[in-house]
Amino acid sequence: MYTPKVMEHFEHPRNVGTLEHPDGIGKQGNPVCGDVMELAIKVKDGMIEDVKFKTFGCCAAIATSSMVTELVMGKSLEEAEAISKQTVADALDGLPPAKMHCSNLAADALHDAIEDYRKKHAE
Amino acid sequence: MNTRYYFDHNATTPVRPEVAEAMIPYLTELYGNPSSAHSFGREARLALEKSREKVASLIGADPDEVFFTGCGTESDNMALAGFMRSAADGRRKIITSKVEHSAILKTAKMLGQKGYDIVLLDVDGTCRVDLDMLRDNVDDSTALVSIMHGNNETGVIQDIAEAARIAHDAGAVFHTDAVQSAGKAWIDVAGLGIDMLSMSGHKLNAPKGIGVLYLRRGVTITPLMYGGSHERGMRPGTENIPSIVAIGKAVELAASEMDGKMAKLSGLRDRLEVAIEDSVPDTVFNGRGATRLAGTSNMSFPGVDGEALMFSLDRAGIAVSTGSACTTGEVQPSHVLVAMGVEPKTAQSSLRFSMGWGTTSEGVDHIIETLPPIVERLRSIAGGL
Repeated sequence: MYTPKVMEHFEHPRNVGTLEHPDGIGKQGNPVCGDVMELAIKVKDGMIEDVKFKTFGCCAAIATSSMVTELVMGKSLEEAEAISKQTVADALDGLPPAKMHCSNLAADALHDAIEDYRKKHAE
Repeated sequence: MNTRYYFDHNATTPVRPEVAEAMIPYLTELYGNPSSAHSFGREARLALEKSREKVASLIGADPDEVFFTGCGTESDNMALAGFMRSAADGRRKIITSKVEHSAILKTAKMLGQKGYDIVLLDVDGTCRVDLDMLRDNVDDSTALVSIMHGNNETGVIQDIAEAARIAHDAGAVFHTDAVQSAGKAWIDVAGLGIDMLSMSGHKLNAPKGIGVLYLRRGVTITPLMYGGSHERGMRPGTENIPSIVAIGKAVELAASEMDGKMAKLSGLRDRLEVAIEDSVPDTVFNGRGATRLAGTSNMSFPGVDGEALMFSLDRAGIAVSTGSACTTGEVQPSHVLVAMGVEPKTAQSSLRFSMGWGTTSEGVDHIIETLPPIVERLRSIAGGL
């Protein structure tokens, strides 16, 4: 059902936790399956300096959260904004169709966090 | 390969060696069609009828009240849809419960769409069907009441005798889906007042693809399939002799071992629950207050997703299920737990452990050792979400 990459991220998720002083927080929940994700970012000079996540959800939910943090760490906000649910799914070598909504959640939580950052730091 | 421990007997069971041994000659040597008049046919016919006697004996029925089908689902379909095809005019209502298997619920839904009145009984917080609601809803328009004997997800056993009494008082027929219970708990159809009953081979150490429908003498159903006159016209199709022989052997073993097995599995199940209650904070035990099948335990772990738990246990060599196997692939929380009043998010955090032939103390120890750190890890990833 799940690719080895998904299982790897599920068993050894990267960047679990919270940030003490986050610059942006994004939270997304899926009412259908009950998965919830919260992503916190630290931004410096337009770059994502640090990112942490918390996730209540299935293997795919945890794996996609972990993968999205790996994809954005050290990237610019613009690069991060370009990340879509497909990017996340592809990075994991694919997700079962029934679980694509999890990668959607991860991408949405990321965009939510960036938007939160932009709101708080409006120039 | 590391040892694997199977705790999903409610999903399916291994075919026991004695059962496999009994059936194999019927694949390779005694392969006749029971409808054939020659010696090959006659020996197959003999095996068929011997098995029928054994199955009848398990549930306290007469052999001529026992019919072999392709599976439990088929038996459920025959009992509901087949019965309604023969139901008296004016008897338009079917009463069943919210915690039934989808084979009952989907068939009832189809019948509802055809114009029959369908009533779904509520259950209480321990998965017991509301018999007051049954009393309030049963009347002389009720054709059939169908309430499962043992629930597949929680193991909770219903008060079948009382439910059947209520049905009969209104002139309705009583069916029970005993797919999960047969071979695990004593069922006497006469003593309980059961008119129709469904059973499944692969839940009691026989192969997949064999079921039983018990019809009390005098109860009429219209067959769902058309063809030959097999099973006295009830179920056309050349009889699955190897699996029929298998289920005969399996029920024989089940009957002779029932009391000992019930005691052993209750002991293991209770030990597991006590240990997990002690070592994993906030665990909820669904259905624990009610009478249950001996080896079934349904637990919720708030703060963790059931699928994530299931895969983690799988990696540790322990096979369990989240809710019922046949609803995997759907993203809905268990309809059984929801009907019991469990919050959807908590229902999503549930696991079912189900024991059977081959379950050992060692397996239970392994769960006790590996589950707490798994829950802790996943709770820390969720961070309170």
